Amino acid sequence: MSEAAVPKIRIRGLSKRFGDKLVLDGIDLDVMPRTSMVVIGGSGSGKSVLLKCILGLIEPDTGSIEIDGTNVLALDRAAREAVRAQIGMLFQNGALFDSLPVWENVAFGLLARRMVSRGEAKARAVAVMAQVGLAASVGDLWPAELSGGMQKRVGLARAIAAEPAVLFFDEPTTGLDPIMGAVIDGLIVDCVKNLGSTAIAITHDMASARRIGDRAAMLFHGRIVWQGAALELMESGNAMVDQFTHGRREGPIQMELRK
Amino acid sequence: MIALLDVVARIGRGLLGACEASGKLAMFALAGVGHVFRPPFYGRMFLRALLEIGFLSLPVVALTAVFTGMVLALQSSTGLSRFSADSAVASLVVLSVTRELGPVLAGLMVAGRVGAAMAAEIGTMRVTDQIDALTTLSTNPMKYLVAPRLLAGVIALPLLVLVADILGVLGGFIIGVVKLGFNPGIYLNNTVDFVRNDDVVSGLVKAAVFGFLISLMGCFHGYNSKGGAQGVGAATTSAVVAASVLILAFDYVLTELFFAR
Repeated sequence: MSEAAVPKIRIRGLSKRFGDKLVLDGIDLDVMPRTSMVVIGGSGSGKSVLLKCILGLIEPDTGSIEIDGTNVLALDRAAREAVRAQIGMLFQNGALFDSLPVWENVAFGLLARRMVSRGEAKARAVAVMAQVGLAASVGDLWPAELSGGMQKRVGLARAIAAEPAVLFFDEPTTGLDPIMGAVIDGLIVDCVKNLGSTAIAITHDMASARRIGDRAAMLFHGRIVWQGAALELMESGNAMVDQFTHGRREGPIQMELRK
Repeated sequence: MIALLDVVARIGRGLLGACEASGKLAMFALAGVGHVFRPPFYGRMFLRALLEIGFLSLPVVALTAVFTGMVLALQSSTGLSRFSADSAVASLVVLSVTRELGPVLAGLMVAGRVGAAMAAEIGTMRVTDQIDALTTLSTNPMKYLVAPRLLAGVIALPLLVLVADILGVLGGFIIGVVKLGFNPGIYLNNTVDFVRNDDVVSGLVKAAVFGFLISLMGCFHGYNSKGGAQGVGAATTSAVVAASVLILAFDYVLTELFFAR
């Protein structure tokens, strides 16, 4: 097998149960190096749990998660920390630290790993903020003073500041107007391309999915029910994907509504 | 018979739940204390917590101490005069303030002010994914959020209580001299002659324990909060109530340890 054919992230048989509810049911997923995988699916389908399992924030019940061929679930705490240091994450609501100014949010990972002095960290933060279209003056503001779009940009800057090999995006365009959504998608694509990172994004936004993703997968009831090229999302030929992407009420996916 | 079994089952479930919660709290406390001694250390977070718990609580603790000393002098004067023992006012005030009222009242005031703020801040960080974000940025949340607050609580409360002791005695002195007509020199002599190192030190040790309990409850309830704004509100209430009750319970236990003969 050539190096290019070895997945950067390889997930096999991943399952997670919360009480009686089986949230992930034997997930198999490969993400190739320097590509972007978009995971779509309805609310409660397990998308966020999948990301949190890969990040190590939730411990799965069974299965394996390999990053660069190493099963991270079998690693000790220190080794897992080292793997996690290669991953950047943009959270759905930004998850910015509201007790710190913007520049410290952006440089937090650099300072936490004692990679640079505070002066160097600030200079680096300003440079990364420029990459996502934020002026240096924004660095001295507080997260609460920013609009939703600016908070996403700061979250993106924080995610890429340490130049991670893997990037995760949790609903990157949720809560943004369509133009700002397109701007954030463009920034994500540029960042992933410039860093040469491998990315996984989860989203409900079909336009965003096609802009960000090279590949796409659909999660339903904890299982991957379809995988293919992101550009094929709207004409996948899969009844579930078609119903979801076109937002149809009728189809194989039945919403559980009580009348 | 079925109703009786139902009652027994409920009691059993309650006991199991209490055991689980106690175990969870103990594990949390052990992990927090462990991180106080293991690097990396977050000096800025510690100084911030020290400022919040100590310096910013000074006004409320000072006011509480002064008024408590004043009331104590008034009340003890009226009570002791029945036995013609008015001269014991100064010694009663200094003993009560240093051994008991200084640490307990300062602890309760700080629990209300700081315990609630801690639970609300950490709880909000939990429900807005900020704690998960810390983990993804190579930062252990227990080390970054909990350990500095535990250490700051243990250091700040004794300092606050030292101030409360002085101001409580001052409050008693003011009432003793201005209202009850004591000679200032004799009042101060009675105070200094009667108080022993043990009295002050026992109060400061109590304060250190109370500081730990306040920080622990604030951090524990905030860290484990869930369910959005309502969950954060519930965590805040639980932190203050639990810290207040624990302060009173540990006050009894420590008093037994120090003074029971």
